[in-house]
Amino acid sequence: MAAENSRRIIKDNIIEVKHLKKYFQTSKGLLHAVDDVNFAIEQGTTLGVVGESGCGKSTLGRVLIHLEESTEGEIWFDGEDVTDLRGRKLKKFHEKAQIIFQDPYSSLNPRMTVEDTIAEPFRHSHRFRRAEIMEQTKKLMDLVGIAQRLRMSYPHELDGGRRQRVVIARALALEPKFIVCDEPVSSLDVSIQAQVLNLLQDLQDERKFTYMFITHDLSVVRHISDNICVMYLGQLVETCAAGELFEHPLHPYTQALLSTIPSTDIHKKQEETILEGELTFPINPQPGCRFRSRCRYACEACGKPQQLREISPGHFLSCCQVNDRENGVVRQQ
Amino acid sequence: MDSNEKKFLSVHNLTIDYVTYEETVHAVRDVSFDLEKGKTLALVGETGAGKTTIARAILRVLPEPPAKVISGQVYLNDKELFGISEKEMCKVRGNDITMIFQDPMTALNPVMRVGDQIAEVLLLHGKTTKEEARAHAMEMLEQVGISGDRYDDYPNQFSGGMKQRVVIAIALACNPDLLLADEPTTALDVTIQAQVLRLIRNLVKNRNASMLLITHDLGVVAQTCDDVAIIYAGQIVEKGSKEDIFDRHCHPYTIGLLGAIPRIDTRVHRLATIKGLPPDPTLLPKGCGFCPRCPYAEKICEEKAPELMEVEPGHFCRWQRKIAGE
Amino acid sequence: MEKSAVNGLEHNQTLKKENQVIAVLKRMRRNKGAMVGLAVFLFIVIVGILAPWLAPYPYDQIDMASAFQSPSLKHLMGTDNMGRDVLSRIMYGVRYSVTIGVVAMIISFLGGTLIGAVAGFYGGKTDQVIMRLCDIVQAIPSLILNIALATVLGEGFVNCIIALGIGGIAGAARLVRSSMLSIRKMEYLDAAKVINCPTPQIIGFQALPNAISPMIVQATMSVARNILNAASLSYLGLGVQPPNPEWGAMLTAGRDYISKYPYLTIIPGLVIIITALSLNLLGDGLRDAMDPKLKK
Repeated sequence: MAAENSRRIIKDNIIEVKHLKKYFQTSKGLLHAVDDVNFAIEQGTTLGVVGESGCGKSTLGRVLIHLEESTEGEIWFDGEDVTDLRGRKLKKFHEKAQIIFQDPYSSLNPRMTVEDTIAEPFRHSHRFRRAEIMEQTKKLMDLVGIAQRLRMSYPHELDGGRRQRVVIARALALEPKFIVCDEPVSSLDVSIQAQVLNLLQDLQDERKFTYMFITHDLSVVRHISDNICVMYLGQLVETCAAGELFEHPLHPYTQALLSTIPSTDIHKKQEETILEGELTFPINPQPGCRFRSRCRYACEACGKPQQLREISPGHFLSCCQVNDRENGVVRQQ
Repeated sequence: MDSNEKKFLSVHNLTIDYVTYEETVHAVRDVSFDLEKGKTLALVGETGAGKTTIARAILRVLPEPPAKVISGQVYLNDKELFGISEKEMCKVRGNDITMIFQDPMTALNPVMRVGDQIAEVLLLHGKTTKEEARAHAMEMLEQVGISGDRYDDYPNQFSGGMKQRVVIAIALACNPDLLLADEPTTALDVTIQAQVLRLIRNLVKNRNASMLLITHDLGVVAQTCDDVAIIYAGQIVEKGSKEDIFDRHCHPYTIGLLGAIPRIDTRVHRLATIKGLPPDPTLLPKGCGFCPRCPYAEKICEEKAPELMEVEPGHFCRWQRKIAGE
Repeated sequence: MEKSAVNGLEHNQTLKKENQVIAVLKRMRRNKGAMVGLAVFLFIVIVGILAPWLAPYPYDQIDMASAFQSPSLKHLMGTDNMGRDVLSRIMYGVRYSVTIGVVAMIISFLGGTLIGAVAGFYGGKTDQVIMRLCDIVQAIPSLILNIALATVLGEGFVNCIIALGIGGIAGAARLVRSSMLSIRKMEYLDAAKVINCPTPQIIGFQALPNAISPMIVQATMSVARNILNAASLSYLGLGVQPPNPEWGAMLTAGRDYISKYPYLTIIPGLVIIITALSLNLLGDGLRDAMDPKLKK
């Protein structure tokens, strides 16, 4: 990885993931939800993780935040190995790394008021006195833009946008450094989605948070990310800076994905590369590129195990058909 | 263009309330629109704007009570749908109008073979025999890109995208003239969404059917529709051709909506937002429904609700300033 | 019952938990059914407490001369086969029957909640082991189980309550477990984990309050069942000993004369039904009042 080549970047990386794997035993076989994933996120930046349902992006986020235990691999956080954490250390870790869930309806306890929900992290950290908790809660509500009069409201009395603000306030309570955002806006309406995205960005500008932003929405990921990882059936297929990915997508899957975004520009005739076939699950997968059954460039070489390699500085790719950045996919005969 | 073709589907002054013991929700307020044969109209709006209620009202499948049609008529080929008997309406549903629902997971019967679910519609509406229905159902499956061999499979053997294809096959089995599609791709992944949208587009085009597409996704609208109606708090705030809405939009809500979408081609640091929230449909403001969130709001907006005015031929907008001639 | 469970866990929570209890009571006041249930149940309890002063006759005064008298002004509910005044016996019976029904129910549901919550929350092997044990217990007919327990514990009023209470644990555990299973995948439990909420608090304070709704109604129904099962134990000489009046025992005793003197069965039966119904209304109201979503 490039990260290993440069000392400086290593120092600034808040999270580094090496050969991370998460397998689930299912009745049909071993599900490779996350399979040999490597990446690093620099302090204060946002890494977008895009992919379709079942590609393992949510599992990746849950493993990073220790809601699931990894099967194999290493996770480094702030210069420490956090792959196996228990008890005290896990609690310490959760004060620095947090998660925002997709559905603000199911991630808030229906029987707890807004105030109770936001105050909870303070209570469990045992570092605050009662009066301090009240004060901090008020401050957080101001920070995320929830009116004080909603203090005693229950989640069902709030709309989706406000609920998500409560979830964000709870995640921010202990001033974490790193936040996994698991589809935080996909259940919201467009106008509310923009409000929440702006809030997340303002918070980052102000407090230098590092985000891992998991989403299936490519336009959102472009808007918010500095770097983007594209996942397909448990593996990273392409990683690079956000601008680069949208201007020079190299992996056939990324290309197809980008071409399917319905543009709001009615005059631009879209050339859609519509992917045939359906998404499957990576249960007992064959070695080789997992995209090859839907890929129009697939050939024999794709059956061999693929490696993520650097095609141009900072642009990583796992496709044996692409040899340089300028020419893109070249059919090898 | 002859008038019969022009007025294929026509909705006049539709107003629907949900009346319960405690409160009255004004879901749809004075909505009128026309849809030409072979064209696609998009109803765009946020959650709770009343889009689905309109579609259900056209199909007369509103849950009554609590829903109550206060006023309005729906004409399909000059036939008034609210006036006819339930028995006649049954013939209209399926033969003339069908609907695709948002969630393919719940729209199919889990204990019935998918092919039989298509054949059932044919048997109910046509005078076909069982064998003919089976053959036709297989043909429908092929048309939506599923092998006919899978006639005897059950819905749980299908993925989300394929279930939605089956739902589409059911909806189109009787060759309807009008298809109501209620967020047909919202539950699907992007690559599958592209497949399904293309499929619907082509099927509708080949049959010269009309489609009323309900969605919140302006990207889907731009790629699929001919005409657009923007709905806010139960009212149409702007309607016109696709070009009118995307290039020459004039209502502040439309402007806000288009500004709030993150773009893939250009990167802005902050998204434009519409401040605040949609109004509570039980307590609508006296004046313009959008006034509390509108950056251009003036005194008059709070007092007087603006009328829908034609700002240029075929392009209507509900905004005080436009009306005042600014 | 669930109030006690929640209260215990709320103890170390913050300030205005008391306000919440008051809020629940306030909401319940608006529910007519619940208030009727509460009034009837309180009336029954007060009658039981004041029985020595209210009852027209001692409950064990035998008067063979006036046996089998139909209800009259002298004996409002008639007399039984030994000429004892049924009204007096019913009044004194509150002390035995209601205590048995309610206390046994509390034992069942406290135990069941604990076991069921753990099984449902952890799932997997823990769940398997606990539930198979419950299967074994439930496979034994409840009467036989109660008899066995009562035999082991020995006869007497308190032992009878304990026997009935333990006998109901498995059923209650199954109920709690199933509603726990439906919410254990909810994201707010994950969220609680990530903000370092200790696991016992996650189970008790976050998950259980959302899982108890179906239990409340079931719990009130089990009161009536406990009263009737107590009667069987009494009949076998393992429960409340005669001549102490106990509704279930009165009901069983009256069965022998049902064709000639039906009131001997009908009256205790009605009293049991009314008690159960009042608790049921109360439980229903309590459940609604505790659900913030139904707040209006």
